[in-house]
Amino acid sequence: MDFTRRETLALGGAAALTFVLPFRASAAADDAIAEFTGGAAIADAGVELTAPEIAENGNTVPIAVSAPGATAVMVLASGNPTPGVATFNFGPLAASQTASTRMRLAGTQDVIAIAKLADGSFARSSKTVKVTIGGCGG
Amino acid sequence: MISRRDFLQVSMAASALVGASGFGNWSRLAAQQALTQDQLLQFDTFGNVSLIHVTDIHAQLKPIYFREPSVNIGVGGNRGAVPHVTGADFRKLYGIDDGSPSHYALSSGDFSSLAKAYGRVGGLDRVATVVNAIRADRPDALLLDGGDTWHGSYTCYHTEGQDMVNVMNGLKPDAMTFHWEFTLGSDRVAEIVEGLPFAALGQNIFDAEWDEPAELFPPYKFFECGGVKIAVIGQAFPYMPIANPGWMFPEYSFGIRDENMQAMVDEVRAKGAECVVCLSHNGFDVDKSMASKVTGIDVILSGHTHDALPEPVLVGETIVVASGSNGKFVSRVDLDIQNGRMMGFRHKLIPIFSDVITPDPEMTALIDEQRAPFKAELEEVIGQTDSLLYRRGNFNGTWDDLICDALMSEREADIAMSPGVRWGPSLIPGDDITREDLWNVTSMSYGKAYRSEMTGEFIKVILEDVADNIFNPDPYYQQGGDMVRIGGMGYRIDVRKPQGERITDMVLLKTGEAIDPAKNYVVAGWASVNEGTEGPQIWDVVEAHIKKLGTVTVQSNDSVTVVGA
Repeated sequence: MDFTRRETLALGGAAALTFVLPFRASAAADDAIAEFTGGAAIADAGVELTAPEIAENGNTVPIAVSAPGATAVMVLASGNPTPGVATFNFGPLAASQTASTRMRLAGTQDVIAIAKLADGSFARSSKTVKVTIGGCGG
Repeated sequence: MISRRDFLQVSMAASALVGASGFGNWSRLAAQQALTQDQLLQFDTFGNVSLIHVTDIHAQLKPIYFREPSVNIGVGGNRGAVPHVTGADFRKLYGIDDGSPSHYALSSGDFSSLAKAYGRVGGLDRVATVVNAIRADRPDALLLDGGDTWHGSYTCYHTEGQDMVNVMNGLKPDAMTFHWEFTLGSDRVAEIVEGLPFAALGQNIFDAEWDEPAELFPPYKFFECGGVKIAVIGQAFPYMPIANPGWMFPEYSFGIRDENMQAMVDEVRAKGAECVVCLSHNGFDVDKSMASKVTGIDVILSGHTHDALPEPVLVGETIVVASGSNGKFVSRVDLDIQNGRMMGFRHKLIPIFSDVITPDPEMTALIDEQRAPFKAELEEVIGQTDSLLYRRGNFNGTWDDLICDALMSEREADIAMSPGVRWGPSLIPGDDITREDLWNVTSMSYGKAYRSEMTGEFIKVILEDVADNIFNPDPYYQQGGDMVRIGGMGYRIDVRKPQGERITDMVLLKTGEAIDPAKNYVVAGWASVNEGTEGPQIWDVVEAHIKKLGTVTVQSNDSVTVVGA
């Protein structure tokens, strides 16, 4: 037997990333959305969410949101143990209602953005971001 | 303005012309056994613009054999759609006669005997002859290289891509995009790109830290051909840091970034582009999907998935062209551009039959010059093969069966894993296996063969993960390779199930026992994307194994059961 402890550890690291198969919206995410919207209806148009289809690094996934006229945008990682990522609040003097950040994802899951628009209505956008071992590109 | 309906009619007419100029003729020629260079190159120059597309050459300077896949499953909306049609079904779809040159060039089936009849394909000195002939018809034709050029051979490895750079410079491309090039490491890529006499394009190559477009790789370049202002936008392989070792090029981030692609198309149109060409390394299904989301691209020259299609696929008002791999094909696409609209096209996928197309002598000399310092090593015979050795196919190929056997035998492992890459030429029964042949299917900058213990559960996680990279119904979540090849273990895969449920019935072949999720197995593999992987180079492992065998005979492999195809 000549495999080393180091090799085993390297593979162990890869394993830690991938024990989780696709997460779907958790109860915690649903609760956070209900609290943000006060249970109001949510439209599909009005907020844009930009996120990679497949994360290059699940520990730092860049995302951006844009919701013209919004007063606040909440971002959730629905499959993380703690889904809340950020809520961006925009004052009346904000030149644009856009924001970007990076987040850590525990595994493949939906990232959700909920915007509170100027008229008090809500809009939602979501995107599945895959977190993968990779390694077999042709 | 041309309506969509008019456009379709124009396109259909153009497609019919393809049949007249290329396909039907080859079938008749087969009966006559009289394939000639003139007939392969025959093309009635059309419109006012010509594009020449080569892609995924994988450093194959000399003619090779290359067997197309017999298993290439499409999922979701691409189930049963090209390029997911193979063998006899493919020939039926395109009206190709059995035994014809098109059969041999484009589809699997009866490969070994047809290879003996029709000979090797490719060779960049033959490609040069074709490119020169097209330029004689249309001097301002654009030559566009889709990438995966500076990777895949003994000489390319030892010169860190310089052999390919020197030879491609001889072909005088106008632009290029990238994938495996980055596995040379970002310093080496920068060193080469800074000296390139043509455009290095990638609208999706970003600075990883700032998430801004990388300065070294402009998104697009303008050209003027036949009085038409053309913008060529580059699209590098989107999943490089995932499918390949990201630690080798940590400065860069990729992704599909179709919103930025749309912004670039709008920008070049606003600057007066009358024709927009996307030089892409997305893979065919991703390109089709992108064409349905991004408007304003006339032509996508598609690379990465190594598909060779005799006709473009039309998506909306965009044509998607697939030009094969390993130097086996050159695509010529003539366009008629009027008032900023593509009014029609004529296309031909030209197979490079190396015995039919005369090599360009200057290019032959240039190629031989690159190879001369390595001649003895390249030509050394390591063994012989009684079997057809090939790689392409979703689940296994005989080259990888041999590599997995070598890993299990030389590294004393229960199970072997070989990456599902799509490059690597074929050898036919009776061939010598030279060191060059072996490096053609193994050469890479992260080829160390690891040996480790994995639980049965973790092996399943790996298979599920890789399977989802191929069989996710949304092409944007696919990475474009094939399934990881497994030696020593069988399994059943239902390609239509979601991730986590596709793989069942895992069996350790040597005992016939089911794989125990809790038990540890010794696994040997290669091409790990993890930094610091230790072990001998894979080509040394396989060379030692072949030398012990003398003559290689690969048994048929039915250890993977596929359902849902």
